[in-house]
Amino acid sequence: MPWPLLVPALAGLAFLVLPLAGLLVRAPWATLPGRLAEPRVLEALRLSLVTATIATAVCLLLGVPLAWLLARTTLPGRRLLRALVTVPLVLPPVVGGVALLLVLGRRGLAGQWLYDAFGVSLPFTTTGVVVAEAFVAMPFLVIAVEGALRAADQRYEEAAATLGASRWTVFRRVTLPMVAPGVVAGAVLCWARALGEFGATITFAGNFPGRTQTMPLAVYLALETDPDAAIVLSLVLLAVSVIVLAGLRDRWVGAT
Amino acid sequence: MSVRAHLVVERPAFRLDVRIAAAAGEVVALLGPNGAGKTTALRGLAGLTPLSGGRVELDGAEVQRLPPERRRIGVVFQDYLLFPHLSALDNVAFGPRCQGLGKAAARRVAAELLDRVGLAGHAHVRPGRLSGGQAQRVALARALAVRPRLLLLDEPLAALDAHTRLEIRAELRRHLAGFDGATILVTHDALDAMVLADRLVVIENGAVVQTGTPSEIARHPRTDYVARLVGLNLYRGEADGHHVVVGDVRFSSVERLTGPAFVAFPPSAVALYRSRPDGSPRNLWRAVIDGIERHGDNVRVHLHGPIPLLADVTPSAAADLDLIPGQDVWAAVKATETHAYPA
Repeated sequence: MPWPLLVPALAGLAFLVLPLAGLLVRAPWATLPGRLAEPRVLEALRLSLVTATIATAVCLLLGVPLAWLLARTTLPGRRLLRALVTVPLVLPPVVGGVALLLVLGRRGLAGQWLYDAFGVSLPFTTTGVVVAEAFVAMPFLVIAVEGALRAADQRYEEAAATLGASRWTVFRRVTLPMVAPGVVAGAVLCWARALGEFGATITFAGNFPGRTQTMPLAVYLALETDPDAAIVLSLVLLAVSVIVLAGLRDRWVGAT
Repeated sequence: MSVRAHLVVERPAFRLDVRIAAAAGEVVALLGPNGAGKTTALRGLAGLTPLSGGRVELDGAEVQRLPPERRRIGVVFQDYLLFPHLSALDNVAFGPRCQGLGKAAARRVAAELLDRVGLAGHAHVRPGRLSGGQAQRVALARALAVRPRLLLLDEPLAALDAHTRLEIRAELRRHLAGFDGATILVTHDALDAMVLADRLVVIENGAVVQTGTPSEIARHPRTDYVARLVGLNLYRGEADGHHVVVGDVRFSSVERLTGPAFVAFPPSAVALYRSRPDGSPRNLWRAVIDGIERHGDNVRVHLHGPIPLLADVTPSAAADLDLIPGQDVWAAVKATETHAYPA
């Protein structure tokens, strides 16, 4: 093996693995069970799991049809549309939060109307957390599902049509089951991204314990007051990430 | 339940323009080389490829503007396209479900059809675990489950190995005989077409070049492609009484004709000689050997000369003749086996 490749490779590996190892080494293992049971931790964990799950559901509901539109129709300007969909992927999440505030804030373009018409205000609420997470995570789902749709053999859809299936029936009974693995992978990725969301959430939904303070926000806050608590919270997020990765290993990690 | 269609599909470098008809209970085979437009014609009938022109009539009613799901045309696709996530039973029940039948009723219909194709015991097997022959039968059952007005089969036997093919071909013939609607099947295999179809439509380069019953076509090929398919030498020439002149060769034939004519004869009707044979056999000319190959129990000799020629000789004759490429020989064709007919 040529050393100009080997040395940087090992350095890169260490760079990725050592911080996580540090987290494990510095964890207050003795007091861990007690700290995990603290209401503050449990509350943040529950809020994170609930909002990430609802955000994923929203992303599925809107993202799968959007992916279908991008993959299966010949809309003019489809390339532009796909580019727009992926913008939140590369946008700094804080900017996403600011943008959400401008549109959905109480004085925002749509927010003002929502407030006047229904008395609904999204910023600084749990719903706001879901909105922020969905905004940031949806592109992951759309891209995964669109890829699966493009890879799927469309002749099965033709076969279904000759058997009398309407386009909706074809989608429901043939297309969706055939791309199910892609949808699941996209949903897991989307959920993991929503779970770790920080920038857009804190900007759009604020940092109120029990209402909008998700795990990443709690970690950041605890770091200033109680570093051990921050480590414990981080360990929980790490554990969740590893579990997700394990669930996807056949699909992504094992793709050799 | 009959079909009459005029299918026109225009593509940048290809134009399909064919007329096809099939009566109720009739099996018509579209036969042609790869790229002739057979599958495009089938897709046009099913509504999967939009027509640039023409019409499709089922029992006199135009359907060319209907989407595929409203045509009630059953299709057996080349690689069957059984839904991989559904059992054999649910694959067959898919169509009846789409036609509005309840789950239980659709499954009853499907079970009966699977039984008819001899797969009652495989109802709950996923397509991935079926053999090629079984998958073909499930695909047929699935297409028949919608009680189609027209049944289309795209290369129904092409995906099968030689042994299964023999078995499935005979079985498919039986099932097609039991179907009361019109059937159109696409194949590039002459044997499949001859065995399965009542009538052949030969397509080359997007146009119909010949139609007729299998025996008519086997005896009177009208293009080189058809002649090769049925294993005949075919020439086009000018007839004058009992003679047909093809280039420099003058054939004697039993039939009496005048004007443009075809001459056809099997390779086995050709005799080859190292030197000019004694007597004065008719239909004799000098030819040069291009190559030789095994053909069944015989040796097939490719020759050129005034006309290209295929000749079948026995291995012992081949040994006596010392056949090598480039060698000059005399070729003679028995007049009694030469067949002439108007072009």
